[in-house]
Amino acid sequence: MQRLDYLKETPSQTAGPYVHIGLTPNKLGNAGIYPADLGESPIRPGAKGERVTISGEVRDGAGMILRDTLIETWQADAAGIYPANDPRGAADPEVTGWARIIADFDTGEWTLRTIRPGRVPFPDGRLMAPHIALWIVARGINLGLQTRIYFEDEDNDSCPVLQRIEHRERVRTLIARKTAPGAYRFDVRLQGENETVFFDM
Amino acid sequence: MTQNKNSVDGGTLFFRDRDWHPPALTPGYKTSTTRAPFRPLIAMPSTLSEETGPAFGHSMFGELDNNLILNFTGQPAVGERIILHGRILDENGRGVPGVLVEIWQANAGGRYRHKKDGYLAPLDPNFGGCGRTLSRPDGSYEFLTIRPGAYPWPNRVNDWRPMHIHISVFGSGFGQRLITQNYFEGDPLIARCPIVNTIGKEEAIRALVAPLDMNRALPMDCLAYKFDVVLRGRRQSFFENKREGM
Ligand SMILES: [Fe+2]
Repeated sequence: MQRLDYLKETPSQTAGPYVHIGLTPNKLGNAGIYPADLGESPIRPGAKGERVTISGEVRDGAGMILRDTLIETWQADAAGIYPANDPRGAADPEVTGWARIIADFDTGEWTLRTIRPGRVPFPDGRLMAPHIALWIVARGINLGLQTRIYFEDEDNDSCPVLQRIEHRERVRTLIARKTAPGAYRFDVRLQGENETVFFDM
Repeated sequence: MTQNKNSVDGGTLFFRDRDWHPPALTPGYKTSTTRAPFRPLIAMPSTLSEETGPAFGHSMFGELDNNLILNFTGQPAVGERIILHGRILDENGRGVPGVLVEIWQANAGGRYRHKKDGYLAPLDPNFGGCGRTLSRPDGSYEFLTIRPGAYPWPNRVNDWRPMHIHISVFGSGFGQRLITQNYFEGDPLIARCPIVNTIGKEEAIRALVAPLDMNRALPMDCLAYKFDVVLRGRRQSFFENKREGM
């Protein structure tokens, strides 16, 4: 028999408690190496679309708020085009789509200031509801967790990804709650009651 | 983030082999016990949200960004000088060009420049502990740094981390995002480390151990270690690109 000759993906290891040294040194207080941390904002001032602010916290199975978590976000522009590697064409040049945010060292609160993304097609052509992809790492997390932020005031029932979630009551763990015009709350629960839906995709 | 494309390919991502990665719940690494999701992951093929991902341009890099020996103060850091080099590949064996590689590490004494690290080994005033670079067209990357020291950590009574460098890598898709750690050939602490041993398969652990590479060492200057990183591959099929009825 012939050999397939694929390589294996490099195994993940935890980002650990000192992830800020590498990924957000300026926010840690280690200034002078890079002029600025990467991923400060997913948009530039001229970006088209509705401004939204999303805040939240990440809690563990014991209800403790993580103060050492780092989250990266990736989203489409207001028209639903991704800013890089999207085969459908060029996105709004004022949208980079990617942000790197950290929990506050004292409170654990994090905030993302961005625009509301447009709808992006699922592989079968149906449209997914507007969402922001999240990747969450921290001490104690062995492999980065994939999840998504959806918005309370969108038609989420028609989203082919959300439809795949068999336990319907869990869908709400992916939906950011509107707290004021343009403001949303998205809390993540890593484990236990109201555990956030995490994806393998 | 000045370019729109950092890779030649699109396509559905290969499914992750979750028996190869460490599972979420690994009691030997105590912190995982409250941070591991208990419910099964929702599994499905990747969508555009995972198949696209941020791109980074050369313009954002400073000259010393991948030189950890000099990039903090301009004066050399203390320690065993090493080149850490390798390639970013995907599971199809192709080099992944133009992707961001970031590293962070303890100093030669095993101390991190972080407010949460109170280990008694002193800080090195000339060592910041981070570096970054963009993979070259063939997927290769290179850092000049010092070999980090081992350090103790609160887990069981006397747990020590083997010498290691944390590595963060982007692919061309956000679903390829990966953070791992590289270890060094011959370190007796590797086999004793609860974080290493979150990985169940011996062969997978070996994939994290960088061999000494004397061909890349610089005489009278530094040693070298090679560490390749493999990201999820992409399925490329003519058939997949056609929707039924289209
Ligand atoms: Fe470490």
